[in-house]
Amino acid sequence: MNGQEEDLLSEITGSDYKYGFTTNIEQEFAPIGLDESTIHFISQKKNEPEWMLQWRLNAFAKWKKMQEPEWANVQYPRVDYQSISYYAAPKKKDKLQSLDEVDPTLIDTFNKLGIPLEEQKILAGVAVDAVIDSVSIKTTFKEKLAEAGVIFCAISEAIREHPELIKKYLGMVVPANDNFFASLNSAVFSDGSFVYVPKNTRCPMELSTYFRINAQNTGQFERTLIIADEGAYVSYLEGCTAPMRDENQLHAAVVELVALKDAEIKYSTVQNWYPGDKNGKGGIYNFVTKRGICKGANSKISWTQVETGSAITWKYPSVLLTGDNSIGEFYSVAVTNHHQQADTGTKMIHVGRNTKSRIVSKGISAGKSQNSYRGLVKVMNRADGARNYSQCDSLLIGDACGAHTFPYLEIDNQTANIEHEASTSKIGEDILFYCNQRGIDNEEATAMIVNGFSREVLDMLPMEFAVEAKKLLAISLEGSVG
Amino acid sequence: MLQIQNLHASVQGNEILKGINLEIKPGEVHAIMGPNGSGKSTLASVLAGRNDYEVGTGSVRYMGKDLLDMDIETRSREGIFLAFQYPVEIPGVSNTNFMKACVSAHRKHLGLEALKPNEFLKMIREKAALVDLDPKFLHRSVNEGFSGGEKKRNEIFQMAMLNPKLAIMDETDSGLDIDALKVVARGVNALRNSDNAFLVITHYQRLLEYIVPDYVHVLYNGRMVKTGGKELALELEEKGYDWIKEPQTAV
Ligand SMILES: Nc1ncnc2c1ncn2[C@@H]1O[C@H](COP(=O)(O)OP(=O)(O)OP(=O)(O)O)[C@@H](O)[C@H]1O
Ligand SMILES: [Mg+2]
Repeated sequence: MNGQEEDLLSEITGSDYKYGFTTNIEQEFAPIGLDESTIHFISQKKNEPEWMLQWRLNAFAKWKKMQEPEWANVQYPRVDYQSISYYAAPKKKDKLQSLDEVDPTLIDTFNKLGIPLEEQKILAGVAVDAVIDSVSIKTTFKEKLAEAGVIFCAISEAIREHPELIKKYLGMVVPANDNFFASLNSAVFSDGSFVYVPKNTRCPMELSTYFRINAQNTGQFERTLIIADEGAYVSYLEGCTAPMRDENQLHAAVVELVALKDAEIKYSTVQNWYPGDKNGKGGIYNFVTKRGICKGANSKISWTQVETGSAITWKYPSVLLTGDNSIGEFYSVAVTNHHQQADTGTKMIHVGRNTKSRIVSKGISAGKSQNSYRGLVKVMNRADGARNYSQCDSLLIGDACGAHTFPYLEIDNQTANIEHEASTSKIGEDILFYCNQRGIDNEEATAMIVNGFSREVLDMLPMEFAVEAKKLLAISLEGSVG
Repeated sequence: MLQIQNLHASVQGNEILKGINLEIKPGEVHAIMGPNGSGKSTLASVLAGRNDYEVGTGSVRYMGKDLLDMDIETRSREGIFLAFQYPVEIPGVSNTNFMKACVSAHRKHLGLEALKPNEFLKMIREKAALVDLDPKFLHRSVNEGFSGGEKKRNEIFQMAMLNPKLAIMDETDSGLDIDALKVVARGVNALRNSDNAFLVITHYQRLLEYIVPDYVHVLYNGRMVKTGGKELALELEEKGYDWIKEPQTAV
C-alpha cells in the first residue's frame, strides 16, 4: 500500500463505525468478578425460581473445571474472567407496562440505532425485542402475536411465566457442559429472547431482537431459545451493536433452536459489534454457540449470517439433523478488515435418514485481518442417503490479509453423497480499472464487487434487512482499497 | 478535443510508446492500425489512465484540460469511454445494477439529478434495443459467462448508455460475426454527431467499411509511422506492414 492509499485509509476510518456512541444512563451492576454469589445475585435480580438457580449453579460447577479452547485460528490475550461485571442494567421501575415507562434516553438510543420501539413506527410486520446490556427493554407487538398463540418475550420473563417450556427445552441443544463459553453463558446469562410458535402456526410477522452492549467492563451473555412446534414456521432476525471502547469486551451468547416435525426455523443474524479501531485496539470478543436441532421428520433449520463486526469472532451455527428427511442450511458472509479475526463456519450432523445440508460460506478479508472458515460435515452410520453440498469462497482485498479454510469430513455411512467446492479470488487491478473507467470510484467498486460476491447469501435475508446488510458490507470495507 | 504531443509511456522499464502525436477534433473518426505488440492497447490504456503505465515526457490535452492530471473515474465522467479489448467479468453484479452505478456517477459529476427508476428503465431498454442486446443480458452478471462476441456487444451497449464524447474502441470487431459487426457499426453510427469523436483500433479494414474513418493511422513500434484517409486501410490489408518503416508526423 502506498502513502496516498494510507492517507485515504486513515481519513475514512475515523467515521467507520457509526454505532460507537455510549448512552449515559444510571446503571446498576453486579460486583466485578465471578463466583457463586454472582450467580445468586443475577438469579435474584431476575426473580428466578429455585430450579433455575440450581441449573445455573450446576453449569457454573462444570465451567470451573473447563479450559478455554485454543484450537481456533485466532490470537488474543487471555480474558480475565474475574475482572468483568456479569450484570449491568439500566435502573428502572419494577415492571414496565407501556413504552411511556421506558426511560426516554433508552428509547433515544434505539432510535439512533435505527430501531424505533414505538409499534406504529416499526418496519411493517416486524416485531422487535430490544436488549441492552443484561436486560430486555421492550418487546413490541406482543398482543398481536399472542392472538396467533405465538410467545415472543424476554427469556427472563419466559422463565417465570412458561416454566414448563423452559424446563423442557433449555439446554436441550446446547447442554450446560457443551463448551467453555456455553457453560459460562449457562451460569451467568442475563437476558435474551424466547419464542414459541405453536403447532401448525405460521408466525404472522418477522421476529427480531436487537442486542446492544452499552456498559463498560461488562460482558454480555444473552440466551435465546426458539421452539417451532409441529408444522410451525418462524423467521427470526438478530442484530447487534456496541459503543467504541478501548478495552475489549466479552460477548458469549447461546442460541438454541428446536424444530419439531414438519417445522421450519429461519434464523438470520446481522452482527455488527464494534470491531475495534484500525490499529486493532478495543472491540468485542464474540464467542458464541448457536445450534439447532431438526428433531422431527421433514423439519428445516436455516442459518443466515452477515458478520461484519467484532474484534474476534468464534462462531459455528450448527444443525443436528435427527429427524428423517430434515434439512439444515448455513449461509454466511464474514467480513474482516484492519486487525479483525474471524474463525467461523458450521457443523452439520446427519443422524436421520435422507437428511440434507447445504453450506455456502463467503469470506471477505481486507487490511491485516484473518478470516477462517471451519466446517464439519458428519454423517452417522444410520443416516442412509445423507447429502451435503458445501461451497466456500474467499475474496481477498490487498495482500496483508489472510483467508483460510478448514473443512472436516467424518463419514460413517457409505451411501452419503458429499460435494465440496472452494475458491479464492482477489479484487484485482483489472476489475477496479474496468469499474473506474466506467466512472465508478474504488470505494463504490469494492462495495459492488463484494455485494456481488456475497449475493447468494444476501438473497437469503428477509428483504428489509438485505438492504441494511449491503450498506453494512460497504461501510465495513471503507478505505480497504486506495 | 484531444491533442497528444510527443507522448512517451513505459511499463516496467520498457518504453512502449515512443513519442506519439495525434490530434482529434469533434465529429471525427480516427482509426489506428498496426501490428501486434505495436502499442495500440497501451495508448488506449494510457488515455484511460491505467496505473500500470509510467507516462514519461509528452502531454495530452482533452477538452482544454490536462488529461494526465485527471484520475481514471474523472476521465470517464468527463466523457472518455474505453471499449475494452478484453472486457472484465464481475460475478454477482447484474448488468443493470452496474449501469445504474455508472450512470449515477456520471450524472452526479455533471450536476444532474439521479434518474428516476422508470426513466432509467426506459433508457436501458432503448439502448439495449439499439445494439440488439437481448434484455436477458440485463439481468445477468456483467460479462459473466458471456461469449466473446456478447462481451463486445455489451461494451457497445455500455457506451450507448454513457454517451461519451471520446470513445476509444479497442478491437471491438475481433471475435464478432458479420451480423454482430453490422450491429456494432449501426450503434456507433447512431451515436456519432458533430460533438463527439471515435478512436477505433482494429486489424481489419472490414469494420472501417461500416464505420467510415476520417483518418487512418499506422502505429508501429510505439510511433505513428503513417497517416492517410480510409483508403490506407485497404492498402495495408493488401500489403501488410513491411513497407512502412520510417515515422512521419501524424495529423
Ligand atoms: N503490463 C504489461 N507488462 C509487460 N508488458 C506489457 C504490458 N502491457 C503491454 N506490454 C507490452 O507492450 C507492448 C505493446 O502492447 P499492446 O497491448 O499495446 O499492443 P497492441 O498493439 O495492442 O497489440 P495487439 O494488436 O496484439 O492487441 C507488447 O510488447 C506488450 O507485451
Ligand atoms: Mg491490443
